[in-house]
Amino acid sequence: MSGSSPSEQTVKFYQTGTHTVGNRLLDDAKRTVQASMERANAITSGHRACQGCGEALGARYALDAAMRATEGQMVAVNATGCLEVFTTPYPETSWQIPWLHSLFGNAPAVATGVAAAFRVKGREDVRVVAQGGDGGTTDIGFGCLSGMFERNDDVLYVCYDNEAYMNTGVQRSSATPPAARTATTPAVGDAPGNVFGTGKNLPLIAMAHNIPYVATASVADLHDLEAKVTKAMSMRGARYVHVMVPCPLGWGSASNDTIKVARMAVESGLFPLFEAEHGAVTASNKIRRRVPVTEYLKLQKRFQHLFKPTEDTERIARLQAMADANIKRFDLLDGEDAS
Amino acid sequence: MFQIRIHGRGGQGVVTAAELLSAAAFKEGRHAQAFPSFGSERMGAPVISFCRIDDHEIRLREPIQAPDALIIQDPTLLHSVDVFAGLKPDGYILINSQRSFEELGIADFVAKFPAHHVCDVGATELAMKHVGRPLPNAALLGGFAAISGQLHMDSVADAIMEKFAGAVGAANVAAAREAFEVASRA
Amino acid sequence: MLKQVEGSQAVAEAVGFCRPEVVCAYPITPQTHIVEGVGALVKAGTLENCEYINVESEFAALSVAIGASAAGARTYTATASQGLLFMAEAVYNAAGLGLPIVMTIGNRAIGAPINIWNDHTDSMAMKDAGWIQLFAETNQEAVDLHIQAFRLAEELSCPVMVCIDGFILTHAYERIDVPTQAEVDAFLPPYEPRQQLDPAEPYSIGAMVGPEAFTEVRYLGHEKQLQALELIPEIAQVFKDVFGRETGGLVHPYALDGAETVIVALGSINGTIKEVVDAMREDGASVGSLSICSFRPFPLAAVAEALSGAKRVVVVEKSLAPGLGGVVASNVRMALARQAVPVQTVIAGLGGRPITMASLRSTFEAAAADNLEDVHFLDLDTEAVSQELARARETRKSGPTAENILRRLGTGT
Repeated sequence: MSGSSPSEQTVKFYQTGTHTVGNRLLDDAKRTVQASMERANAITSGHRACQGCGEALGARYALDAAMRATEGQMVAVNATGCLEVFTTPYPETSWQIPWLHSLFGNAPAVATGVAAAFRVKGREDVRVVAQGGDGGTTDIGFGCLSGMFERNDDVLYVCYDNEAYMNTGVQRSSATPPAARTATTPAVGDAPGNVFGTGKNLPLIAMAHNIPYVATASVADLHDLEAKVTKAMSMRGARYVHVMVPCPLGWGSASNDTIKVARMAVESGLFPLFEAEHGAVTASNKIRRRVPVTEYLKLQKRFQHLFKPTEDTERIARLQAMADANIKRFDLLDGEDAS
Repeated sequence: MFQIRIHGRGGQGVVTAAELLSAAAFKEGRHAQAFPSFGSERMGAPVISFCRIDDHEIRLREPIQAPDALIIQDPTLLHSVDVFAGLKPDGYILINSQRSFEELGIADFVAKFPAHHVCDVGATELAMKHVGRPLPNAALLGGFAAISGQLHMDSVADAIMEKFAGAVGAANVAAAREAFEVASRA
Repeated sequence: MLKQVEGSQAVAEAVGFCRPEVVCAYPITPQTHIVEGVGALVKAGTLENCEYINVESEFAALSVAIGASAAGARTYTATASQGLLFMAEAVYNAAGLGLPIVMTIGNRAIGAPINIWNDHTDSMAMKDAGWIQLFAETNQEAVDLHIQAFRLAEELSCPVMVCIDGFILTHAYERIDVPTQAEVDAFLPPYEPRQQLDPAEPYSIGAMVGPEAFTEVRYLGHEKQLQALELIPEIAQVFKDVFGRETGGLVHPYALDGAETVIVALGSINGTIKEVVDAMREDGASVGSLSICSFRPFPLAAVAEALSGAKRVVVVEKSLAPGLGGVVASNVRMALARQAVPVQTVIAGLGGRPITMASLRSTFEAAAADNLEDVHFLDLDTEAVSQELARARETRKSGPTAENILRRLGTGT
């Protein structure tokens, strides 16, 4: 479990799915917000997310944790994207909190404005959470995000990263991993799938702005996600949480594999879980049981061209090297758990 | 309506000069409009500013085509820019220079104008003397007040003091008053 | 209080008196002095309870304004030209969401070619976004319209653009009666939002609207603008009661009694036009002018009424619809749909070209003698364009048009 040292617990609980999230075996204090009947249900049932949508899962956990942390004094600003679309299926809304959707590329700026208005009205108790997908965050909203960071505006920005423009039909974004198949990086030709570029690491970019808090999180560890959002809400200024959320449709993974896929990403080292404050890494979550990247890649059709008709050892090796680099950089392996 | 066109180079306070003229006119209860020629205002480039003074609302917005008076802050413009374009036959010419009209190469031209309407004043030198900086704009306004009679020297002084506080303002006023004296005598 | 002051500074003071709560600033010539002025008021503590935010682009500026306005704050920003286009998506968004943001446009041309000087292309590019667009004739009117704009915007829940000619007004020093805080407070009540992000009463703003309801939402936006046609003169009347002067309103007629030829225009050019009208009338010509203050909503009825006695109408505008002709002229023609009055378009002042009394007068005289082609470009250098057209006919690789014109200007060849 994240956040607890071995000395506090004699038994380690691992998540195997939301049903057995271990809540009933834990003290009240250690249970997830979602386990509570008092949870806000900021996004209530009836939304139209796909079966197995990682973003719906992540958003529910993140927002209800933020609602608890702020005692319900919160406003959400949303960029255009999957979350905005499936939570407001015309003519309904599943939002039970004040919610504003403006445009695709301006969620951070709109959130800045909302925060400024509450501040000027003497309501600094009302907090602002801005959210967007990878497209709205790393691409079209990047300028506004950087501006919000630079001004240290009092906004928590949560990016739900499913690594492509999913809402519009799975097109490549700057967050799409190398070799992944998308509609605009098809798995054909000599170099199928997305290019091996220089990458665009938003959490590191956020850190470069020296903002008070940056964290990565995953739907593979929902306690960790809630804890990080809760911690973020205890702070003021610009904060950024980057959540990896598998998309069964876009990734070509089984809809009941969402949490497993997310866990493989973490355990392979491809998606490191860490926290940073004012530009420096302050904590990272150790990999419990390391797996080779193939364990992760094999679960998703968007990578199947790396295995069929023949195994693309060279590209798989390059992806493995990326994972190795993360493990080294963020010190993700404990002596005892290194495999 | 009395129309003044000011020629100079970027950095010489040409725009401020027009502003001060308009402020002085305002103090005398008159209407005034001041605006620059809006070129790329980099240092050293030729710039023009305009000031209209009237006793009722000024509606005209065109750049001044037929000035009643010209203030030339930089004599190096005399032969590179058509500073005299449109000047009325009985117009006023005030040039920032201690050289004579002959030396400036415009003696024949200025001879066409009433003698007491044209004047050159070493405004830069006066500015150096009183203010310690070669900014001739305020001093020239004193000269303008003298030759045109359109504004009282005291109004010009008040306008300068309102724009430039304390010692700087006082020094500019001193330069302007001396220019006024010089121009009155000429 | 009467002051001799730069237009931008006076506008900044007026905006300050309106007690905006959130102001977003991004610089672009020629509006920069305005946001700088407001910033100075905030920093000095003169304007209290105001969050002044330096943003990273115009798109961010209006986006921040959208967020602030949706959260119930009185919000203001300013832009021009390229900046207005850069925030275009947000311009439509603000109108669609019904947020009463007030924004100054320091009217400036739009590139390419890049040009910092005045014309109305920027405002015209956004004329159908759903914002109210008011054009100031003088700096006094610029000041007054901002004060009226906040009240108008908030009563209707509709954003308002106050358009003032870049440089010609923004950078001109004029005698302006700058109001007092007490006068503005008497005129402009605190903002009471129709919608507001509030944890105590949560709802979703900005959800998708499908085909079944979109038309109704758009219709209501149109209705709002039609309501503005009533409200604008009402507000101008209240303004007159409080401040003692007549500014704003839908149109400003000038010397229309019996005028056969009527000149129609927006903004500061009307000052020069009035001088020409007076001079021509003195020489016996039958001419008058009409300044349109509210361009959106376009006052069809008021324009038709004002022009009801005219035998010909000449629209002088600082905007161009390439391939068609006049933008304002097209709108004026719509007002005259039931009257058989010829409307001629004079395209003038593009990119800041000075509009002189002399050029206007000869143009109006030609119009009065039925000797003016429709879509007349004032002071066009016909030799320059002929030369360029000939060059383009002769060789394929004729080079960039703008460069060629500039070379001709610079070298005389």
